[in-house]
Amino acid sequence: MKGLILVGGFGTRLRPLTLTMPKPLVEFGNKPMILHQIEALAAAGVTDIVLAVNYRPEIMVAALKEYEAKYGVSITFSVETEPLGTAGPLKLAENILKKDNSPFFVLNSDVTCEYPFAELIEFHNAHGGEGTIVATKVEEPSKYGVIVHRENSTQIDRFVEKPVEFVGNRINAGIYILNPSVIDLIELRPTSIEKETFPQLAAAGTLHSFDLEGYWMDVGQPKDFLAGSTLYLSALNKKSPELLSSGPFVHGGNVLVDPTANIHPEAKIGPNVVIGPNVTVGAGARLKHAVILKNATIEPHCFVNNSIIGWNSKVGKWARVENVSVLGDDVEVKDEIYCNGARVLPHKTIAGNVEKPEIIM
Amino acid sequence: MAKKALILVGGGTRGTRFRPLSLESPKVLFPVAGKPIVSHAIDAAATLPSVQEIVLVGFHPASTFNELIAQTKRQYPNIVIKYLQEYKPLGTAGGLYHFRDEILSGDPEAFFVIHADVCSSFPLEEIETFYKNVEADAVILATNVPKQTVVGNFGSIVVADDGSGKVVHYVEKPESALSTLVNAGVYLFNKSIFDTIAEAKKERSDQVSSGVSFDTDPDFLSLERDILSKLPHLSNTKFYAYVSKDFWRQIKTAGSALPANSLYLQKLDQSDSKSPGLLPRSSNIIPPVYADETAIIDPTAKLGPNVSIGKHVTIGKGARVRDSVILNGTEIKHDAVILNTIISDDCKIGSWARIEGSSDSTAASTSAASTGYMVGITDGVSVGSSSTGVSILASNVLVGDEVHIKNSVILNWKEIKSDVCNEVIM
Repeated sequence: MKGLILVGGFGTRLRPLTLTMPKPLVEFGNKPMILHQIEALAAAGVTDIVLAVNYRPEIMVAALKEYEAKYGVSITFSVETEPLGTAGPLKLAENILKKDNSPFFVLNSDVTCEYPFAELIEFHNAHGGEGTIVATKVEEPSKYGVIVHRENSTQIDRFVEKPVEFVGNRINAGIYILNPSVIDLIELRPTSIEKETFPQLAAAGTLHSFDLEGYWMDVGQPKDFLAGSTLYLSALNKKSPELLSSGPFVHGGNVLVDPTANIHPEAKIGPNVVIGPNVTVGAGARLKHAVILKNATIEPHCFVNNSIIGWNSKVGKWARVENVSVLGDDVEVKDEIYCNGARVLPHKTIAGNVEKPEIIM
Repeated sequence: MAKKALILVGGGTRGTRFRPLSLESPKVLFPVAGKPIVSHAIDAAATLPSVQEIVLVGFHPASTFNELIAQTKRQYPNIVIKYLQEYKPLGTAGGLYHFRDEILSGDPEAFFVIHADVCSSFPLEEIETFYKNVEADAVILATNVPKQTVVGNFGSIVVADDGSGKVVHYVEKPESALSTLVNAGVYLFNKSIFDTIAEAKKERSDQVSSGVSFDTDPDFLSLERDILSKLPHLSNTKFYAYVSKDFWRQIKTAGSALPANSLYLQKLDQSDSKSPGLLPRSSNIIPPVYADETAIIDPTAKLGPNVSIGKHVTIGKGARVRDSVILNGTEIKHDAVILNTIISDDCKIGSWARIEGSSDSTAASTSAASTGYMVGITDGVSVGSSSTGVSILASNVLVGDEVHIKNSVILNWKEIKSDVCNEVIM
């Protein structure tokens, strides 16, 4: 089988992290974002994966070579010379996606969930239509495009963009399985699969939706990245609790710690914290709702809440970092400093308080 | 005389103050008045009769300067030019000391050391003459700045009362304004400077090993902090200041590239208004305006003063550009207005968009005061303002039609569809 991952551009919404690391390689739950998807695709029997990108950084080429070998898949970069939207990249990768008659997966790279691909294939084959959209239920459907079904059926009747009255609460989760014939509906130009291709399939009665179990989140920006991490950790707690830390420093649960991290037993960590490789956390440090990336140093007695600490960064003693602060690569927050919603670009030193949310360039 | 000129190109601090313009290439390669900041210093050295070799010293990867060096070689076939890369950030004196054998090879009687990140007329010939006349061992280029700007910003120089220019005291970034005469970042040394650095280095490593100093790296030495302060007190070193009244600015923040652009353009215009690239005065051109020959400028667009336009830029009908730098490949559509702004490579600016750095903010009024030390240029010339009175667009930014951007900084690859004021868009 085949799969296409829509990676797109420079991930500017996730800056400052993506100033030094391509978005697909930013670690989510201690694993590059794209690796979650590659693993799930490989586990479902996918052997050909296409990455639809606007540019191809060398570091990503190297990382994906490694994954090719490890997961026995072939990974191809499909580089758009101009952004082609969400449907154009399918046409551009036609050679691979149409190489056999099996259906192919399409994933938005920002979306995280439990990727129930095996069930999805089964469902798709059973209904016999041209395409299946994975749907997730949301509390406020008025912000999204809502899926409306034919009565007592999984068959999609139409889409209602930002509905003012309640027509349902299932929305497009950004994950699809499509028959190769769908590509014939797409032209090679900037075009939207949601707005142009799917309405045609729905009108023809060959588009169905599949209800997603468990969590779903678009983690393309820092606030959602943190929220998504929390959802991921809760899911991990249900599925494989043995992967979570049970160290003396854990408080409130759902703490994922890389085995190479060095954490002082008198630190207090949790709930909902991810700690990456070679991270050091000192005595009396307090971390909650936080992601601490590789090689960061959390000095004693500091407080980090609802924030992302970038690779090789350092948070000083008695510092307080909170309110969706994001430190880029190699940032230093000096001792006793307060950071409220600071977005700090790589290689900066913060020696004065950041009292209100601000970009520190 | 000075056979060699060493140009300090930095790289150890990653130029964070020059962001966002230093996110994609180093500060010293940023073009003002049609050429990279560092090339203004290179040209000054290369055109000096005595200089045979130019050496760039810094911590940037070696490949950074390949193109610049190749181009400079073509321009000056009789000058040797190379780049020496520090193996770790060594500081301004540490870097020189590390490469001392290379610098002293060929036994130069004296050598210039020039900070690439200053905007100056680089009066090297005058410095050389002065050095000979006073029989100095070390000469520092000095310039006067307003008293209120000295504290914490500059290296302060106290000279003898006798008018000789002999330096009696030097302090880097003082806590009080000792003197309005400051270090302009250009020196002429002989080899005795290496003895002083060697001593300072020994002192430093003794302090580090005995635990007196908290600096962890004994190899890191700053010319300004660790060496110049010692020179006035050495009996065997004659240390003089050459005071210049020409224009001079530091290029620290990204916004400070704008006054540097204006000053270099004004200098060029005054010395040779027919210089290649300068557009002649007309009803729609207010000099100085520099434009690359590949730029396509609609005759109804009004440009200047103090505007630099890069390669393959297109400027549409009825557009207005003043006090701004527009880099390569950018497209400015018809009737757009660009004031006090830096626009990097490959941006697209929509019709009737207005992008400006304001001159009405308080930040601008303090910098208006600072034009007091811009001497040697026509009276009353405004050269834009400090970084806060400038808008900056990094590369590949798209600005929609009719959008207003004021006093803001936009990082690369962003699309701006609605008005932005006093913001950083990441």
